[in-house]
Amino acid sequence: MIYDALIGPFTEFEFMGRALAAIIALSLAGAPIGVFLMLRRMSLVGDAMAHAILPGAAVGFLLSGLNLFAMTAGGLIAGFAVAILAGVVARSTGLKEDASLATFYLASLALGVTIVSIKGTNIDLLHVLFGNILAMDDQTLLVVAFNATVTLLVLAVIYRPLVIESVDPLFLRTVSRAGGPAHLAFLALVVVNLVNGFQALGTLLAVGLMILPAGIARFWSRDLTAMICIAVVAAAVAGYAGLVLSFQTRVPSGPAIILVAAALYVVSVLFGSVGGLVRQVFPGRHLEA
Amino acid sequence: MAQLAFRNVTLGYDRHPAVHHLNGEVASGALVAVIGPNGAGKSTLLRGIVGILKPLDGSIHLGGLDSRDIAYLPQSAEIDRSFPISVFDFVSTGLWRDAGLFGGIGKAARDKILRAIASVGLNGFENRSIGTLSGGQMQRVLFARVLLQDARLIVLDEPFNAIDSKTTVDLLALVKQWHGEGRTVFAALHDMEMVRNHFSETLILARGPVAWGATTEVLTPENLMVAMRMCEAFDDSAAACAADDGQSRAA
Repeated sequence: MIYDALIGPFTEFEFMGRALAAIIALSLAGAPIGVFLMLRRMSLVGDAMAHAILPGAAVGFLLSGLNLFAMTAGGLIAGFAVAILAGVVARSTGLKEDASLATFYLASLALGVTIVSIKGTNIDLLHVLFGNILAMDDQTLLVVAFNATVTLLVLAVIYRPLVIESVDPLFLRTVSRAGGPAHLAFLALVVVNLVNGFQALGTLLAVGLMILPAGIARFWSRDLTAMICIAVVAAAVAGYAGLVLSFQTRVPSGPAIILVAAALYVVSVLFGSVGGLVRQVFPGRHLEA
Repeated sequence: MAQLAFRNVTLGYDRHPAVHHLNGEVASGALVAVIGPNGAGKSTLLRGIVGILKPLDGSIHLGGLDSRDIAYLPQSAEIDRSFPISVFDFVSTGLWRDAGLFGGIGKAARDKILRAIASVGLNGFENRSIGTLSGGQMQRVLFARVLLQDARLIVLDEPFNAIDSKTTVDLLALVKQWHGEGRTVFAALHDMEMVRNHFSETLILARGPVAWGATTEVLTPENLMVAMRMCEAFDDSAAACAADDGQSRAA
């Protein structure tokens, strides 16, 4: 009974197995990126970027269908265009960067939806907005896995400057010029992973599998490495449980995954060992030293 | 031999000068204090020296040093102490010159880091997150990182601000040790008594240079009064600065 409910779907149905493999790949790459987004106070920037890259991904989608190479290239172009335009307007007019980014991402989202609705069908639009991980084919799974591998390799290369720039940017600028390229590479990784999440979760929820696990991890550890590990595990668990929930109840897979992640987040807020509410109310007896 | 040379240097923001037309030289091995009221341009000058801020005009010469030969201790407020990093890992960033992007931290390097942490009296704090430290402890951590950088030129931005007297004494001993080792130390400070008692050379800054030389000759009531009268605010309607103006104000 338990086997049928929790494991059976993944052994009996190939599409469920592929979906689980994709979720693991997305968790391994996206969760560490989410941890850095959160620690660099860029959580909402990630959300805005998810909307901003829609027109590029939509053009790629319309030209090549659900081809992740085309969607990634289009997304990267649109993402960088929006980031650069928002930065230029903020610096040349004095407008705050978040306000500038909000304007551009909304315009970009509107443009993306317009492109898809003029050239595609409503099903296409729903596909891009909400994704469908259960419809993933082998080729798409390979692209997701490839993007995840590239993400981990690039993250390994920029890890040290990324950490130092996050905690003490002035120090990094005095000893190295790696901060700027590392930040740009990080933004590129954000875009790559958002596009990677399109197929599984769609434009609107792709950032969820990055940010929610990071938020969960913050309640369980004060150590960066541990936070990254916890975030990866939380993302994979949410993905697995979301797929089971979706399979058993016919809830759409993307929202099911994010809802499970949100539930884990609520549990962490309540019971987390680092700043959890219960811990604050019942801190235990104080120590001697 | 000059370790630092300022040639008509103007540093600032949005074309407004925060440090205006500074000329002068710092000898190798000198122990120099920079003092002045808030907004005098002290931190701006230090940022110019370490290359974070490019001069609007003029130039800063580092006597052949490259950026890795310079250690910079920023104000603590510039550091994100909510970031989950341990004291050990934070101090280890001082080994960037040796480790760079990919270099590992071997046993010798680990011992070096532990020695630096012990030198500032933080034995047992290695695994503590920097977010749990007091202001004085964090300042000690920053000094430990400077120790590890083993730099020829050490630039300190208000290193003794808001710390207790014992910590000040301990950290001041380190500054004197660096001076004794022949390193050049350039420090922005507020405590006049400390400057008078421990720093042989002083630059009084009030956006422009007020006086620069031996501390005993520079720290006069007259010079300090001139610095106090400095106008802190930028003038949005100011005309462009005449290029030759700087030469006439050269120190």
